[in-house]
Amino acid sequence: MIEIRNLHKSFNHKPVLRGVDLDIPTGETQIIIGRSGCGKSVLLKLIIGLLKPEAGQIFVDGEDLTLLSARELYRVRRKFGMLFQSAALFDSMTVEENIALGVREHRMFDEPEIQRRVAEKLELVGLPNIQRMKPAELSGGMKKRVGLARALMMDPEFVLYDEPTTGLDPITADAINDLIIDCTQKLGVTTIVVTHDIVSAYKVGHRLSMLHEGQVIFTGTPEEVRNTDHPIVRQFIEGRAEGPLQTY
Amino acid sequence: MIRAQIGRFTRLLGRVVIVVIEQTGAIFLLLGKIIGGSAYLWRDRHLLLDQMLLIGVNSVPLVAIIAVFTGAVSAWQAAYQFRGLISLNYLGSATSLAIFIELGPVLTGVILAGRVGSSIAAELGTMKVTEQIDALESLAIDPVRYLAVPRFCAAIIMTPVLTIFANFIALMGAFLVTNILIGQSARIFFDSVQSSFEIRNVMGGLTKAFVFGATIAVVGCYVGFQTSGGAEGVGRATIRAFVLSAAVILMHDYALATIIF
Repeated sequence: MIEIRNLHKSFNHKPVLRGVDLDIPTGETQIIIGRSGCGKSVLLKLIIGLLKPEAGQIFVDGEDLTLLSARELYRVRRKFGMLFQSAALFDSMTVEENIALGVREHRMFDEPEIQRRVAEKLELVGLPNIQRMKPAELSGGMKKRVGLARALMMDPEFVLYDEPTTGLDPITADAINDLIIDCTQKLGVTTIVVTHDIVSAYKVGHRLSMLHEGQVIFTGTPEEVRNTDHPIVRQFIEGRAEGPLQTY
Repeated sequence: MIRAQIGRFTRLLGRVVIVVIEQTGAIFLLLGKIIGGSAYLWRDRHLLLDQMLLIGVNSVPLVAIIAVFTGAVSAWQAAYQFRGLISLNYLGSATSLAIFIELGPVLTGVILAGRVGSSIAAELGTMKVTEQIDALESLAIDPVRYLAVPRFCAAIIMTPVLTIFANFIALMGAFLVTNILIGQSARIFFDSVQSSFEIRNVMGGLTKAFVFGATIAVVGCYVGFQTSGGAEGVGRATIRAFVLSAAVILMHDYALATIIF
């Protein structure tokens, strides 16, 4: 379970998060929606400890991340897997080296077991036998799948997705959505997806929360979001330029 | 009017001083983390060997070209200055001392600042702006241990090794000019080199090279880790790493010269 309490974060004195409160129950898929630049990715990086908040607490299985030392933070981080917006594959390495890096560095398995697991994870994401390819040889959708295979390699309890469908064609985006649902069900992980793709949010999410002006302004099931009268949420899900949300 | 200008100047000066102190502190903090992370060096020896190849072996041709011409020009200029004042029999002594103490380590340092320091900053800067460093952190891998420690250790090992190589090549360059263009025999040149040779001078030069190697790696890593702003930011980081390393190398050169010699 992840519990976020009164989280504040700013950059260059400009507040991005202004008291975020959110509970993410174990085994559920939590979607965080919101406009570009509203702090969704920042929230994800705070949850995994890549950024430090100015105030507030983040409890992961009861442990407050904000109080942990760097060494303890690395220990807790092994519970997480993260798929980055750009996939963030290491471009000097092959697909196999990318996926196996974490387990090799932490010496979790012997080499034959690593090879078996790499093949298994690539099979899971629908890209068998591409171990020797380099990231430069992959399409955008393939990169995201390899990024997901890497995120799943250490058997995480929590998988975080930063804009998993951004920049992909609708068919590939839907395939990624199916993959997120598949991984969540097969592996029994807790999933957090940051997106502004409302179709994807409805499809994969158990609960959706909307971030606006640094706070969570609405949380509900996909059905509740569809039927809400909240003017800001309505404008966002209907994708209208007119309404309380100003266009830049 | 004047009071307002003085006020603005004082504020600007204050900001510059704060930035310099902050950045110096941050560089020393990074150095501390690198030294702490060196405990895992044996485990990461494959990364160290990769970096020794990139930083050291791949720099050999450039170092050789610059060293041979540096040696040649130092012999030619020494001969020009000696003429009518000092016997040319001392050419070997003068050029070898200049090479071992100053030219070998400083030129090797500046070459590596350009070739290696900026390449470290560009590589780590690209990794930073494409979230690859965040990806390492998300895999619970410390980027300082994984990226900075092997580069730092490779630089402090390979800079003195390249300096020894540069010293030898530069001495050969000086000998070729002395022998072919000035007409001095090999025996006179190398007797002169031997007469003034002291291991203390060579070790002093290598101590400088060790410090220059550390400077290049730490500055390159620091600038790389601080990079932001996409491709433009990486370009700026590359230039900044070279300028900062070269300036710090020359400052260290002066400080070490006054301490060692």
